[in-house]
Amino acid sequence: MPENGAAPSSSSHPTRRAVVAAGAVVPLAMSLPGGAAAESAAAASPPTPVSANLTINGTQHALTLDPRTTLLDLLREHLALTGTKKGCDQGQCGACTVLIDGRRVNSCLTFAVMLDGAQITTVEGLAKNGALHPLQQAFIDHDAFQCGYCTPGQLCSAAGLMAEGRAKTPDEIRELMSGNICRCGAYANIVAAIDQAMGQRS
Amino acid sequence: MINFQYMRATDVADAVRQMAGDRNAKFIAGGTNLIDLMKMDVEQPTRVIDITRLPLRQVEQTAGGGLRIGALVRNTDLAYHPLVEARYPLLASAIMAGASQQLRNMASTGGNLLQRTRCAYFYDTATPCNKRTPGSGCSAIDGLNRMHAILGASAACIATHPSDMCVAMALLEATVHVTGPAGDRTIPFADFHRLPGDTPQRDTNLAAGEIITAVELPPQGFATHYTYLKIRDRLSYAFALVSIAAALALDGDTITQGRLALGGVAHKPWRDPEAEAALRGHPATPATFARAADVLLRNARGYKHNSFKIELARRCIVRGLTQAAHGTPQPQSVKKIV
Repeated sequence: MPENGAAPSSSSHPTRRAVVAAGAVVPLAMSLPGGAAAESAAAASPPTPVSANLTINGTQHALTLDPRTTLLDLLREHLALTGTKKGCDQGQCGACTVLIDGRRVNSCLTFAVMLDGAQITTVEGLAKNGALHPLQQAFIDHDAFQCGYCTPGQLCSAAGLMAEGRAKTPDEIRELMSGNICRCGAYANIVAAIDQAMGQRS
Repeated sequence: MINFQYMRATDVADAVRQMAGDRNAKFIAGGTNLIDLMKMDVEQPTRVIDITRLPLRQVEQTAGGGLRIGALVRNTDLAYHPLVEARYPLLASAIMAGASQQLRNMASTGGNLLQRTRCAYFYDTATPCNKRTPGSGCSAIDGLNRMHAILGASAACIATHPSDMCVAMALLEATVHVTGPAGDRTIPFADFHRLPGDTPQRDTNLAAGEIITAVELPPQGFATHYTYLKIRDRLSYAFALVSIAAALALDGDTITQGRLALGGVAHKPWRDPEAEAALRGHPATPATFARAADVLLRNARGYKHNSFKIELARRCIVRGLTQAAHGTPQPQSVKKIV
């Protein structure tokens, strides 16, 4: 388990589609506020660490954490799983959506230590044995993104939506995907991509 | 976020014991509201007691024909429960009108009751707010108050309660089961949330150290003539400007029982016995509904940016009761108002 963000290096400039196809494991050349500041605050007033065992994309992690650590910060800052994105950090944008025990949730509003024993799936865990998840392929087929920042959250949310089995029509897909904001406005293609993936499965 | 001690409670008695006597401790379940408020330093608990392992996830029929909902039942699990869909579709619809599927997957029934206002000044620790810092003043009364209350507000606070689920539970006349250092008790839903008065820092009548264990619905679910109509700034995933839960019992065209609960307009889900009395015994017509709306809104007061809500509420009441009378509830995935 990489403890301190031993992020994979990339020697070439990835294309947007390569990022999606690879499950977005390429690190972003930008830093977001929160992580570093939280670390220094913690150092000034040492917290009582808490142990928790989480299974993330099939790999078990025995963790000892500052209880303030959100699942989102655990994934990004501790485990170098930077596919999951930090947008608003307030549960309003859906960019941080992951699956906990198969259910889609906002990882920014979840303390990681509360998830002892849970199974987490992130965008990095959607592809199996090198084959894209049908949703990933459908997003490529429909060009269901522009900047791609919301895409990992859209994919995990859509995977949760398919598992729920409640959405039958494009209107119902739109309603049940409303927790995922796309500032580029790729909604029409996102709905078409999810519709395609749902059709393939049924 | 300030540092805190994290504890896990093993059962209800353990949770009550761990909470006892510590006013700086908080229970955490879904976390969707508390963690957000902790990030903003609006909530600063020094101990956080994780209650997610308590055995409060059951939805059970009661001997009296009602439904007992464990406090930890998640919002989606409740909305999709076969007994709720069949017997209390108003509650299912209201739940699905709130938040997003991700948040509904996390949020608990008890936590939904305890969520705090989304007033921007409550969230902004740089501004006065009587709810956050008693005695500091209300920034909303003369501020940006487009989302704020038109009924039951006070000079100290014009915040609204943000829940959709609670509006339906108020209409259904649920009972809140709690336990605490002084033992078990039940609180009628109408008495659970408070109006702001001069103590807006108190959202509910839950006593110190008490924990919600369940919410119980009475047998009557109004599954035929009901609607939950929510009007908001965008078509999904936004808090209500005005929402209405409406339910009718009809004998032919005559209303034998009518209930109304409004969200987004007050510090608690708003019901008005006089407005409901104005429905009883009258024909289910727009004229009757308009009279009930006039009664319900007789003391409504707007502020600089939210006076539009009074007329909006009037139209919502008429439209919602019309939908209920026709048996054409507003599905949350259908954006054209039926």
